[in-house]
Amino acid sequence: MRILVVGGGTGGTIVANNLARRLSAEIRNRRVRLTMLSATDRHMYQPGLLYVAFGQMTPDQLYRDQRSLLESNIEFHVDPVEKFLLDQKKVVTKSGQTHDYDILVIATGSRIVPETVPGLAEGAETFYSEASAVKLFKKLREFEGGNIALVVGVPHKCPIAPVEFIFSLHDYLKLRGIRDKTNIKYHYPIGRMHTIANVATWAKPEFERMGIEIETLFNVKEVDAENKVVRSEEGTETQYDLLIAIPPHKGMEVIEQNNMGDGGWIPTDRYKLTMNGHDDVYVLGDTTNLPVSKTGSAAHFEAEVVAENIASIVKIGTPVRDYDGKVYCFIEAGHDRATYAMFNYTTPPDLKPASKPMHWFKTAYNQMYWTSVRGLL
Amino acid sequence: MSTNKVIDARGSFCPGPLMELITYMKQASVGDTLELLSTDEGSAADVPEWVAKVGHEMLGSENVDGVWHLKIRKAK
Repeated sequence: MRILVVGGGTGGTIVANNLARRLSAEIRNRRVRLTMLSATDRHMYQPGLLYVAFGQMTPDQLYRDQRSLLESNIEFHVDPVEKFLLDQKKVVTKSGQTHDYDILVIATGSRIVPETVPGLAEGAETFYSEASAVKLFKKLREFEGGNIALVVGVPHKCPIAPVEFIFSLHDYLKLRGIRDKTNIKYHYPIGRMHTIANVATWAKPEFERMGIEIETLFNVKEVDAENKVVRSEEGTETQYDLLIAIPPHKGMEVIEQNNMGDGGWIPTDRYKLTMNGHDDVYVLGDTTNLPVSKTGSAAHFEAEVVAENIASIVKIGTPVRDYDGKVYCFIEAGHDRATYAMFNYTTPPDLKPASKPMHWFKTAYNQMYWTSVRGLL
Repeated sequence: MSTNKVIDARGSFCPGPLMELITYMKQASVGDTLELLSTDEGSAADVPEWVAKVGHEMLGSENVDGVWHLKIRKAK
């Protein structure tokens, strides 16, 4: 049995490590071969970029060597897939290697595409990459007051990030003594200030207390970087001195190039996590077209289901579990408080008041992630 | 040629049905019809609100066995 994992992010790494332990005997006696193909030899803790944007972490703290995170019985190659030949049960990599499989796991993730909104790449700062987070921090350090606008592209990874960023921005500007010289305006695509109703109910009065201006039903149409104006599809506009964007995302180009899903999102069974029409292909994390958050948390819980099911197929010939849509997201509410949202397909999140202990837990999790991604936590 | 697409956002609390609709509306061509499936009661109000504000066309809205079926044509 050849199991091939494509993608070395949170989902791919957890599924591979989980499988490596569940199937250690089968791998040892060569009944199973477990291989991972990744585009990079480094693994980034992406939620840490929020802290980089406020000078609370440096980029080097976000990385580990990918090989060091993997169980030793996983074959690992830095060689991204370029062709998925699903009918032939094989993939072809950038280096020209062909890998056959019996079961394929696709966890290629997503990418930011600010260039899909005219002017956004030129006019807005962001924090969804190492370079952009460092650049944003330098801009914030130089900022001496004025109008800061935050806009949100659709779809986007980590849907709680816009709210977290505003809380942290408020605290950062207060610490620098320039909060009273700064107007902050938060723009959101739908008719309330966060897509999760309970988050909106909690955060709206918090934003009002902090003096944050809110405009809902604002989908970014274009940015006029020269005149520092951002306009919406809904016909409104905002003048800014510093524009910060949660950029729109797409799935990876290789998915679209292989005609496996519009926008790079693969049509996926919401319970089985198999690619529609391909029971031997599992999909997880940002790569799916499922209506669940594009977060490491969703990838984590999906990976546990996928690994358990693949191991069960090897051992008893059938999968054993369904994915229930579970997601757990920390929500930083500034520099010293946090709360969380946990939900699945049938149970909405029940938000608790933000607290210091939850912030300390999040701070600890920033290190515990490396245990989590090894599949131990 | 216009196409019809079904967006299954049942049970979605995040990103939520309207955010899913906006995602697929960006991928659609003018004239395409999107049918959004939602178990969120709020969709019956917030989807038509957004569709009207942006200038797309609301074709229909009905609740079948607890699932909202909202049909929208991309107009611009």
